[in-house]
Amino acid sequence: MLIVVALVLIVLGSIAFHLLSPWWWTPIASNWDYIDNTLVITFWITGAVFAAVVLFTAYCVLKFRHRPGHRAVFDPENKRLEWWLTGVTAAGVAAMLVPGLFVWKQFVTVPDDAAEVEVFGQQWSWSYRLPGADGVLGTADAEWVSGENPLGINPHDRFGKDDLIIEGGEVYLPVDRPVKLLLRSIDVLHNFYVPEFRAKMDMVPGMVTYIWFTPTRTGGFEVLCAEYCGTAHAFMRGYVTVVEAEEYQEWLQEQLTFEEYASNAGTAQPVRLAEN
Amino acid sequence: MTVILAFLALVALAAGLWLSQQRLASKPWLETGIAPLAGHGPGRAPGFVFIVAFLAVAGGLFAMLGSAFVMQIEETPWALVPLPGRVWMNTALLLLASVCLQFVVIAARAGTARWLRASLIAASIATLAFLAGQVQVWVTLAAGGYRLDGAPAASFFYLITGLHGLHLLGGIIALAAVCLRHAGAGDARALLPGVRACALYWHVLLAFWLMLFALLQGWGNAFLALCRAAVS
Amino acid sequence: MVDRGSDDRMQLPPREVADVMPPHAHSWIGRYVFSQDAKYIALQYSGTAVAIGLVALVLSWLMRLQLGFPGTFDFITAEAYYQFVTMHGMIMVIYLLTAIFLGGFGNYLIPLMVGARDMVFPFVNMLSYWVYLLAVLVLVASFFVPGGPTGAGWTLYPPQAVLSGTPGGAQSGIILMLVSLILFIIGFTMGGLNYAVTVLQARTRGMTMMRLPLTVWGIFTATVMALLAFPALFVACVMMLFDRLLGTSFFMPALVELGEKLSYGGGSPIAFQHLFWFFGHPEVYIVALPAFGIVSDLIAVHARKNIFGYRMMVWAIVIIGALSFIVWAHHMYVSGMHPWFGFFFATTTLIIAIPTAIKVYNWVLTLWQGDIHLTLPMLFALGFIVTFVNGGLTGLFLGNVVVDVPLSDTMFVVAHFHMVMGVAPIMVIFGAVYHWYPKITGRMLNEAMGQIHFWVTFIGAYAVFFPMHYVGLVGVPRRYFEIGEPEFLTAPVDGLNAFISSAALIVGAVQVLFLFNLYWSLRRGREAGGNPWRAASLEWQTPETPPRHGNWDALPDVYRWAYDYSVPGAPEDYIAQTDPWVSDGEDRRL
Repeated sequence: MLIVVALVLIVLGSIAFHLLSPWWWTPIASNWDYIDNTLVITFWITGAVFAAVVLFTAYCVLKFRHRPGHRAVFDPENKRLEWWLTGVTAAGVAAMLVPGLFVWKQFVTVPDDAAEVEVFGQQWSWSYRLPGADGVLGTADAEWVSGENPLGINPHDRFGKDDLIIEGGEVYLPVDRPVKLLLRSIDVLHNFYVPEFRAKMDMVPGMVTYIWFTPTRTGGFEVLCAEYCGTAHAFMRGYVTVVEAEEYQEWLQEQLTFEEYASNAGTAQPVRLAEN
Repeated sequence: MTVILAFLALVALAAGLWLSQQRLASKPWLETGIAPLAGHGPGRAPGFVFIVAFLAVAGGLFAMLGSAFVMQIEETPWALVPLPGRVWMNTALLLLASVCLQFVVIAARAGTARWLRASLIAASIATLAFLAGQVQVWVTLAAGGYRLDGAPAASFFYLITGLHGLHLLGGIIALAAVCLRHAGAGDARALLPGVRACALYWHVLLAFWLMLFALLQGWGNAFLALCRAAVS
Repeated sequence: MVDRGSDDRMQLPPREVADVMPPHAHSWIGRYVFSQDAKYIALQYSGTAVAIGLVALVLSWLMRLQLGFPGTFDFITAEAYYQFVTMHGMIMVIYLLTAIFLGGFGNYLIPLMVGARDMVFPFVNMLSYWVYLLAVLVLVASFFVPGGPTGAGWTLYPPQAVLSGTPGGAQSGIILMLVSLILFIIGFTMGGLNYAVTVLQARTRGMTMMRLPLTVWGIFTATVMALLAFPALFVACVMMLFDRLLGTSFFMPALVELGEKLSYGGGSPIAFQHLFWFFGHPEVYIVALPAFGIVSDLIAVHARKNIFGYRMMVWAIVIIGALSFIVWAHHMYVSGMHPWFGFFFATTTLIIAIPTAIKVYNWVLTLWQGDIHLTLPMLFALGFIVTFVNGGLTGLFLGNVVVDVPLSDTMFVVAHFHMVMGVAPIMVIFGAVYHWYPKITGRMLNEAMGQIHFWVTFIGAYAVFFPMHYVGLVGVPRRYFEIGEPEFLTAPVDGLNAFISSAALIVGAVQVLFLFNLYWSLRRGREAGGNPWRAASLEWQTPETPPRHGNWDALPDVYRWAYDYSVPGAPEDYIAQTDPWVSDGEDRRL
C-alpha cells in the first residue's frame, strides 16, 4: 500500500518541483525562443504522459492488489486497445517532432546577411577573428600556428592580412544583427556554449563548424566549453559582450589586424581593450 | 557508414527470413501441445550455425572498417594508395584456396582420402602463399613511402589487410585442428562437418576480401559518388 | 512439474534436438574454477561484475563529493575527478551492466528457460568468462600505473583521449583502457555466439520461439545486437590504439598541442564518434532489452496474469533492436557532422519511442485486473516502470534535434541516461535477484532487509536524478569539475548539488545491506522449495533446486507458452509449461 502512496507522491512532488523550484533556464538573449517553445511543448506532453502512466499504475496496484480469494482475469491481448494506444503515442510524438524539425531547418539555414565571426578554441582559452576591411576571413590551418601567428592564419593569403585578431577571451557582437560563428580548434574538441544564446556546436580540429543566431539584448554573457577537452575543461571560460552598433564600431577600431599583430609580436603586447 | 548499413541490411534480411518461419503472428495462448520447431534439420548442426554467426560478426567488423575507410577517402580522395599488381595475384591465390577447400568437402563427402589429402595440402599452400603475398605487398608499399604512420589511407591498408590476414591465420589453425582430431579415424567422412565449416569460412573470407579490395581501390567511393550524382 | 504418465509420451513427435549430456568435470578445479557449467559461469560473471561495480560505486561517491561540496576534499583534483568520471562510466556500462545481463542472467537463464542442459559450447563459454576476467584485471591495473587510469570520459573522444592534456592520455592509462575493451569484446563474442546459438538450436521439444519467456527474447535480441555492434567499438579501439602507439593518424588531424606541433595529420575525429556511437547507441538497448524482458516476467508472475499483448511485446523487442542501429547519430547533433543528418536521426529516434511506449503500456495493462502480490520483485518492477518512464520521456527531449541543442552536454543528459539506463535496468537487476535467488540457492532473501533496500534505493535514486535534470536545464555542463557561480544561473545550484550528493551517498551505502543480505540468506534464508513464486516458466520446473549440472533428468517437453496464469477452469492459478493440461470447455489442443 505504501507503494501506492509513494507513486502518487512522486508524481505530485515532481510536478511541484517543476513548477515551484527556482531552477529554470536562464533568460534568453537570442532569436532562438523557438527552441524554448519546442522545449515547453515537450515538457507538457511528456509531463502529462508521465503523470498518467504512474498514476494509472498506482490505481492498478490499489485496485488489484492481492487479497484472499481474489483472482486475476485471463486477458491475453486486446488488439484494438493496443493499436489505439499506438496511434495516440504516434500523434504525441509527431506533435513534438514536427515543430522541432521546422525549427531545426531554421537553425541550420544561415541568413545571407549574417556577419561572420571566427571563434578559435585551444586548450584552454578562447580567441576570435573578424574579417577586416575586405569582409572576408583569410584561410587558416593548424600548420601555420606559431608565436607570432597564434591562430594559424595563412600568411600567403591576402584576405587574411586585414583580419582582426582578438585574444584575451572577450569578443563584442552588435545587437539585433544575425551573426554566423565559424568554429575552429587546433588541438582537441571544444564546444562554444553561451547558455543565453541556446545555440551550441562542437569545434573539431581539422574542420570548421558553424552556428548562427541574432543577439536580441545587450549585456555580457559568459562562454563555457561544453565538450570535454582535458583537465582544465571547466575553467575554459570566455566572454561575449553584446552592444549597440555604435559601440561595436568603436570597439572594432581598437583591434589589431593580423599584419599589425605579426609585426608587433615580440616587441610589444598587442593593445588590449580596457578592462570591460 | 554506407558500407556497414548495407551489410546490416543483409543481416536484417536474413534475420527477417528466419523470423518469418517462427510464426510470430500466432497466438501462443490458444495452442496447447507439442508444437514443431522451425529452423532445425540436417545441415543445421550447432557448430555450423556457430560459424555462420561468427562470420556475421566478422563481417560486421570488416564492414565497419570499410565504412571508416570510405569516410576517410571522402575527406581526402587524393590519398588513395596505388596498390601494387601483386595484390591481384594474391586475390587469385585466395580464390584458388577457396576452390581447393571446396574440393576437400567433395572428397570428404565421397570418402576418397587421397583426393582429400591432396586438395587439403593445395588449399593450405595457397592460403599461406596469399598471406606471404600480402606481407610482400606491405614491404613494397613501405619501400614506396606509404608508411603505416603516414597518411590514414595507407594506415587503413595495413590495418584492413592485417586483420583479414589474422582471420585467415585463425582459419588455418582451425583447419589443422579439424584434420588432426580425425587423423587417426581413417574415414574421410568423419572430416565432413569440420571441413564444411572451414570451406564456408574460406568462401566468406574470400568474399570479404573481394569487397575490401574493391573499397581499397577507391571503387566504393566512386560508386557512392555515382549514386549521389544520380540522385541529384 | 507434472508428468502425465507414459501414455502421452508414446505419441510424441521425435526430438528436433539431440539430448547430449555436457561432460562432467571430475576435478575440483574443473568444477569450481574452470567450470564449464553455464550456471556456475553465470555466478562467476555476476560476482566479477558486482566486484568491479563496487569500484564504480565508490568512484561515483567521490565524484558526488566533489560536485556537492566543491573545495572540501583536497585529494580530489581535477585530474582525479575526470578519472573517476571516466572509470565510473565505463565500468557501469560495459563491465557491470553488459556483463551481468548477458554473461550473468543470460548464462543462468537461457539454458534453463529454453529447456537445454547447458550452452551448446561449454568450453567456449568458459573461455568467455576468463577473457572477461582478464579484461577486468587490465582495467583495474590501469589504476596502478604511473599517471593513473584514463580521464578521457567514457566516450574516449580523440584527439584529447591520447594527448597529454587529459589524465592518462600521454601515459599508459588510455592504452590499458583500450586493451581492456578489446579483450572484453573478444570475450563477449565467445559468450554471445554461445547464447545466440543456444536459443536458436538447443530449445527443447515444443519450445517454439513464441513460447519463450520474454526474458529469453530480450537477452537473445540484445545478444544479437551486441554481436553486431561491438565490432564497431573493436575497430574504434584498435584504430585509436594504433594512433596512440604506432603513430597512425586515423582519428588525428594536424594538431598543435600546447604550442607544439604534433606529427599527426589527415585523420578525422568525427569518424571515431560515428564508430563509437554506432556501438554506443545499440549498447543502450543491449542493456535495456534484457531488462525489458526480465521485468515483463517479473510483472506477469507476481501479478498472476499473463503478460498483456505477448505478440506485440515480441515484435516491439525485435523492432527496437533493429531500429536502434539507425539512430546512433542522435548523440552527435552538435558534433559538427552535416546538419542535414539531424532530420533523419531525429525522426528515427522519435519513432523508436513508439514501440518502447507500447512496452510500457503493456506492463501497466498487465497489472490491470491482475492479482498483484507486492513482493520485492514486484516492488522493483514498479520502481523500474516509474524510473524508466521518466528517463524514457526525457529521451524525447534529447532525441528531438533542436531541443537537444541547448540541453546537450549538460547535466540534463547525465540525469537522463542515468535514469533510463542506470537506475531503471539496475532496478530490474535487483528485482531479478530477489526473484531468482531462491532458484539459485534454494533459499529466499530476507524480506526486511529487502524492503529497506528497495525503499532507500528507489526513493533515493529518484531524489538523485530527478533534480539533476534541472541542474542541466539551468545550463550547467556535464563533466565540470566545478561550475562556480556564473551569471547565467537563475539560482545557485550548490544547495541542490549538495542534496543530490547526500542522496547518492545514502543510496550507495544501502547497497552494502543488499550484499549482506545475499550472504546472510545463503545460510539463514527461509527454505524456498522448487517453485516459491508458483511460476509457469521452465526454470522453475527443474527436478532439483538449485539445478544440478545438466539441469534435467530427461529433457522437458513444452506444451504451452510461459504465461498461463489464472487460466479459467485450471485447478491452480498457474499452469507450468511442462503441463499438458487442456481445458474441458474449449479446445486449445494443437
